[in-house]
Amino acid sequence: MESIKDRVAIIGMGCTKFGENWDMDSKEMVIEAAYEAYEDAGIDPKDIQAAWMGTYMSGYTGIMAAEPLKLMYKPVTRVENMCATGSEALRNACYAVAAGIYDIVLAIGFEKLKDNGYSGLPDSEVVAEWFMGTHDTYRVPTFSTPPQFALMATRYFSKYGIDPEEGRELLAKIAVKNHHNGTLSPKAHFQREITIEQVLKAPMVAYPLGLYDCCGVSDGAAAAIVTRADMAKTFREDPIYIKALQISTGPREGIINSEWEYTNMEETHRAGIAAYKEAGITDPRKEISIAEVHDCFSITEMTIYEDLQFSPRGKAKEDINAGSFRLEGNLPVNTDGGLKCFGHPLGASGLRMMYEVYKQLQGKAGPRQVKNPSLGLSHNIGGIPGSGVCSLIIAGN
Amino acid sequence: MVGITSYGAYIPIYRLSRADISRSWGGAAIPGEKAVANFDEDSITMAVAAARDCMKGIDVSKIDSLYFASTSSPYKEKQAAATIAAVLDMKPEIFSMDISQSLRAGTNAITTAMDSINSNSAKNSLVCAADIRLGLPNGPREFAYGDGAAAFTLGKDKIIATIDGRYSVSDVIIDVWRSDKDTFVRSWEDRFVKEKGYNKIVYDAVSGALKKYQLEPKDFSKAIFYSPDGRAVASVATKLGFDIKTQIQDTMYDTIGNTGTALAPMLLIAALEQAKPGDKLLLASYGDGCDVFILTVTPEIENIQAKNKRGIKVHLQSKKMLPSYEKYLRWRDIISVEPPPRPPLQVPSAVALWRDRKRGLALYGSKCKNCGLPQYPAQRICIKCQAKDNFEDYCFANRKAELFSFSHDNLAPAIDPPVTLSVVNFEGGGRIQCDMTDRDIEEVKVGMPVEMTFRKIRYTGGIYDYWWKCMPIRE
Repeated sequence: MESIKDRVAIIGMGCTKFGENWDMDSKEMVIEAAYEAYEDAGIDPKDIQAAWMGTYMSGYTGIMAAEPLKLMYKPVTRVENMCATGSEALRNACYAVAAGIYDIVLAIGFEKLKDNGYSGLPDSEVVAEWFMGTHDTYRVPTFSTPPQFALMATRYFSKYGIDPEEGRELLAKIAVKNHHNGTLSPKAHFQREITIEQVLKAPMVAYPLGLYDCCGVSDGAAAAIVTRADMAKTFREDPIYIKALQISTGPREGIINSEWEYTNMEETHRAGIAAYKEAGITDPRKEISIAEVHDCFSITEMTIYEDLQFSPRGKAKEDINAGSFRLEGNLPVNTDGGLKCFGHPLGASGLRMMYEVYKQLQGKAGPRQVKNPSLGLSHNIGGIPGSGVCSLIIAGN
Repeated sequence: MVGITSYGAYIPIYRLSRADISRSWGGAAIPGEKAVANFDEDSITMAVAAARDCMKGIDVSKIDSLYFASTSSPYKEKQAAATIAAVLDMKPEIFSMDISQSLRAGTNAITTAMDSINSNSAKNSLVCAADIRLGLPNGPREFAYGDGAAAFTLGKDKIIATIDGRYSVSDVIIDVWRSDKDTFVRSWEDRFVKEKGYNKIVYDAVSGALKKYQLEPKDFSKAIFYSPDGRAVASVATKLGFDIKTQIQDTMYDTIGNTGTALAPMLLIAALEQAKPGDKLLLASYGDGCDVFILTVTPEIENIQAKNKRGIKVHLQSKKMLPSYEKYLRWRDIISVEPPPRPPLQVPSAVALWRDRKRGLALYGSKCKNCGLPQYPAQRICIKCQAKDNFEDYCFANRKAELFSFSHDNLAPAIDPPVTLSVVNFEGGGRIQCDMTDRDIEEVKVGMPVEMTFRKIRYTGGIYDYWWKCMPIRE
């Protein structure tokens, strides 16, 4: 088994404004993200030899990218890994280049969620069946996504003896941090400060998670141009090199095995271990400069701190209170505002996270720029606690 | 000799104060309360609950016929008894039958079961009766009707009450009825209904029974009468010569209401809970005629009374008041409310439901014979040790369990939000994620003991989909 470390590089990236893109259909978003990436890489669209395209529910087959971008009969693969779809597009594109089959490829992810007329995701019943493993019977709990993650909050508070009110305040600090970072991100859906009091007083969505503990639903697209590491500098001075590409797919253990604890996402933990090993990282807390993590809910981010070994088990509280993960902390997390401020167009989010890692590593993150980052991590999950997948990508300059 | 060998009952936990109904419509306060099935209950789920209470400690494989009696079966064409049998994990080689369309269906079912045992076509029968009937808002039937269920086993061994006599009359009258196009029960003018219906027919039938078996009212410790309301029983019982102060079983009108087909059987259970060996009981139902039974309680009654049954007694005192009449109207889909901005409910696949009958209805999972971990749903490869095809069947329905985690969900489409999403861990291992029902938000705590209850989870595409939820222990 070989490592992907330093075998491929990203030489261009693009990302649309995320939000309620009433004026754009998915094709326009795909074009906007891809052409920003082409321009950033300094390549001609015709240079693309193959593409990996991710969307969870906004279309089938690579035609969804081939037609708007006029990729003219080139190989396009559609990938899907639920909310981790964007990272999956990038992962497969990187492997194709590393295998030596292609030199320049496109990875693109998009999702058009706001045309369906519903708040929340439009297919939660079907998703529930997949998660619970009982297809077409609907003999599953009444389903929406927030309570599935709230189960983790209830259990975490119970296990570590945190009073639920104190726990809600800890989670609020994560939301407040990410909202602050969002004010510095022109492409974010939400760009305003919030206060702890606002978070705590907001309507309850799924106890103990309130409105501001949950990320929004939005439209968006993001893209990356991947090339061989040895060719990267012919395109630009500051390519970003892939150090690790890992994915962990859970066997639905949390749903089936009563010994599973519901205080973390094992997929994240396992993907983290594998990615650190692949990248040669021994002390992630010290070595990782910035992390873009999948904060679909505030409790998810809190448990990610522990799963990715940024905080010891049960000690995330101390780091939250110390402000360790704020922009000025020693390990800034979600420097662009995360899912909390960008919303979550499922197929695009993973590549949007990598867009931020890429810009930070190049020192082009504007007012939210972290000082001299060398290693960035993007963490993208699909599914729910107990039944999920996790993609982890580590990149460096 | 055939007799009753076990009993079980079910009363929904929710009660609606009749004063709340009258207050909503600006009328004078009417006394008492009625039992109200939750939005996820129907006559099948209530019959299951009563049957599970009845079957505690009884080997289900000993039952060879099952009767379900109701005027409110969820389906017009499709047998409810077959569903109940599957939920109770009964063997397929049974005779199952629905008896419906009359308030007398409950006692009709007891009669049929008794006859089949007498004729040696069955050894042990399970009879369940349940009703959930609707009266139009602010009408006398809405005030009167409550929801509930009763179940009995009948057989020849370990009889707790022998059935010594039976007498029936059949009668054609349009007094209380519901056509195939009606949702709400209709009634003709009250005085006609009483004089030519209930009062006359019950009197005729009980008089006929007493004459046939050469008995007098004074020979009975208790006479148990179906009663459409709180008062009707008094005049007919007095006219028959019973002492209404000492001999008449309380009709529970002020606590549960008229539970239709289930009422006479439920009242019999209430009487049996208090009965002593040697007591003679008279039971009379009503509906398109009248069935009369004469029973004698045996010493076996004490063994059954000593069992940990909920019966009428526990279910009666275990209750929660419905906070509002509007909630009842919503639960029964009498008033429509703005739907949540969510996609419409999906229709389950009949094929998938058929494949799922053992897992979904009887709540079977599997237990790994290699590492011992019980798992739901049944697996072929163990989640813990990955051993392949080395499992035994494992039923979760009656196991002790506790709440491992929960959330109160305001987002999911629900008839009675919030939905309490629950992770249930079972004693001895195994986990099921499901909704919690019959709970107050305030009582839900990590670690609380819960039990599994069979409920209706959706109605879409003409299909009633049933599964299990957890609930706080009913005690």
